[in-house]
Amino acid sequence: MTQYLAAVNPSTTRNLTITLFVIFVIITLGITIWASRQTRNATDFYAGGRTFSGFQNGMAISGDYMSAASFLGIAGIIALNGYDGFLYSIGFLVAWLVALLLVAELLRNSGKYTMADVLAFRMRQPPVRSAAAISTVTVSIFYLLAQMVGAGALVALLLGIRPGQTFLGMDANTAKIATIILIGALMIIYVTIGGMKGTTYVQIVKAFMLMIGAILMTVLVLAAYKFNLSSLLGDAAAKSGKGDSFLNPGLVYGKEVAGNSTQTFYNKIDLLSLGIALVLGTAGLPHILIRFYTVPTARAARRSVLWAIGIIGSFYLLTLALGFGAAALVGGAAIRAQNPGGNTAAPQLAQALGVKYFGGDLGGAAFLAVIAAVAFATILAVVAGLTLASSSSMSHDFYANVVKKGVTSERQEVVVARVSALIIGAISIVLGILAKDLNVAFLVALAFAVAASGNLPAILYSLFWKRFNTSGAVWAVYGGLISAVVLVFFSPVVSGLPTSMFPKQDWQWFPLSNPGIISIPLGFICGWLGTILSRDKASEEKYAELEVRSLTGAGAH
Amino acid sequence: MSTETSAPPTTPEPYVDVQRSPEFVALRKTLRNFIFPMTVAFFLWYALYVVLSAYARDFMSTKVVGHINVALIFGLLQFVTTFLIAWLYSRYTAKRVDPLADDLKRRVLDGGER
Repeated sequence: MTQYLAAVNPSTTRNLTITLFVIFVIITLGITIWASRQTRNATDFYAGGRTFSGFQNGMAISGDYMSAASFLGIAGIIALNGYDGFLYSIGFLVAWLVALLLVAELLRNSGKYTMADVLAFRMRQPPVRSAAAISTVTVSIFYLLAQMVGAGALVALLLGIRPGQTFLGMDANTAKIATIILIGALMIIYVTIGGMKGTTYVQIVKAFMLMIGAILMTVLVLAAYKFNLSSLLGDAAAKSGKGDSFLNPGLVYGKEVAGNSTQTFYNKIDLLSLGIALVLGTAGLPHILIRFYTVPTARAARRSVLWAIGIIGSFYLLTLALGFGAAALVGGAAIRAQNPGGNTAAPQLAQALGVKYFGGDLGGAAFLAVIAAVAFATILAVVAGLTLASSSSMSHDFYANVVKKGVTSERQEVVVARVSALIIGAISIVLGILAKDLNVAFLVALAFAVAASGNLPAILYSLFWKRFNTSGAVWAVYGGLISAVVLVFFSPVVSGLPTSMFPKQDWQWFPLSNPGIISIPLGFICGWLGTILSRDKASEEKYAELEVRSLTGAGAH
Repeated sequence: MSTETSAPPTTPEPYVDVQRSPEFVALRKTLRNFIFPMTVAFFLWYALYVVLSAYARDFMSTKVVGHINVALIFGLLQFVTTFLIAWLYSRYTAKRVDPLADDLKRRVLDGGER
């Protein structure tokens, strides 16, 4: 085992983490139950009553967005591969400009509860809403998978997974499964009881905890290098065993393979593909989009995005210190031994910092426990947000507007949303148990690619293209969604390589690990073709209504 | 505000009239004059960063101060421009877009049935 784990009595850490996590759960459950008493109608359940302030929603957006991928995944990629991990931080942040400039306010003014409200605004409801519901659930499940992988990695670290060791009579694997079931069950409770109101408060508390934790760790890392970033980088590079190349782009993405120009070419294209998926994905993520409905006006939606950009941007700056700090103070070998994807770099760094600053092994165990509890809270909150987005779409889009053709009561809709949350929660528990050692930031990048391919083209066309019609919307969603998912399925992520999800099988023919560079343009092309090839006539009156509403806020819900 | 009672006018005509009015055309133009060029600008600037990371490794690896290289500075500049554009947008909309939108909103609500 790793040097840090070996030095610590795992039960100390474990008990402390469990205690802290239980405190977090009790507090957030209290908030959730309180919120459930305020939840009287569908607007309360889906949109938190639209009463949150710009700042509150900005915090909640940050809580929803800074997932296990941001905290565990990026720190891990930087710790193992140096500079390349920083690309994620940059892409995840710049992506917010798409949401701020093109989507947030217009969507707030024209929609009601879900992303599909905007897509279906001037279209025939059943086909467009079905497509949007399928796309929402698909994106959310990709994203959920990443969070569950993160949870599994954390448990393995905390239990110090050693053969023969047991915890409450469970071996490591059983404990991992138990944790995933526990997280899944908690999130079902948050969502079904608290709805959007409860979930929003959970996000706010979590964003606060995560920022405090990350700032504290950054200060401690920098203090170890007398607040000299250059010497931190130098030490990280030296300890990585990769020398200066650790600080340059190219160790994992766009790798140059000597003597294999085809592979080099594909690697470089893969890097571009990842870059595009990151920057275009955010504005297509359903669980982020529905957050804009929780504020009263478009201007409050703007303010919430501005706050989110500030908070999220600051956090991503901290990932540099977390990642390079883990490389320098923990070391790549120790991280890789614990988790091949690097997902435990940040908590391992916390342990190293605790040992250094807070009185040896006990301090290390304590700080690891605190940061692990923060990471669990992070995962739990994001999982709740994703489940809420999926279940809202299942009930409001699919059940109310497709199955019932719009003839249903609000009460019934909310019941269906709660049942959907239960089903989606169960699916994500099963997927989480099946999840493997992929890096979580990488997995989330796939969710971004699917969102950018399936949702973004349809959203932008809906808001800005007068001629866009039902057939165009359906083509755009299915074209982008199906191509992205199919390309991932035939990519080296799923099969054909030792690092794949199914390493022993090989049906891989698509050379890129991120499909964005093909599937995103395909989504746009399908939307355009579907529109011009169909005889569907776009309704001028409905477009006028959408345009006037989205720009002025007149008639907004 | 978000109450279900302040529903939009039920007849769609006012929207079409408003959409064709010079005031609305001005509002749309004012907003698009900012958001479209700015989107192109930040996208190209970001694309340049990604392309250089892929194809200009030697340039990106040039050390500037100590262990801080061009790639890191370029990355940090992306943060700076993102914050800057967000700030410019909030200033521009507050000054130029919001007043126009408020006038039109009043007009739509008064022109309708309610």
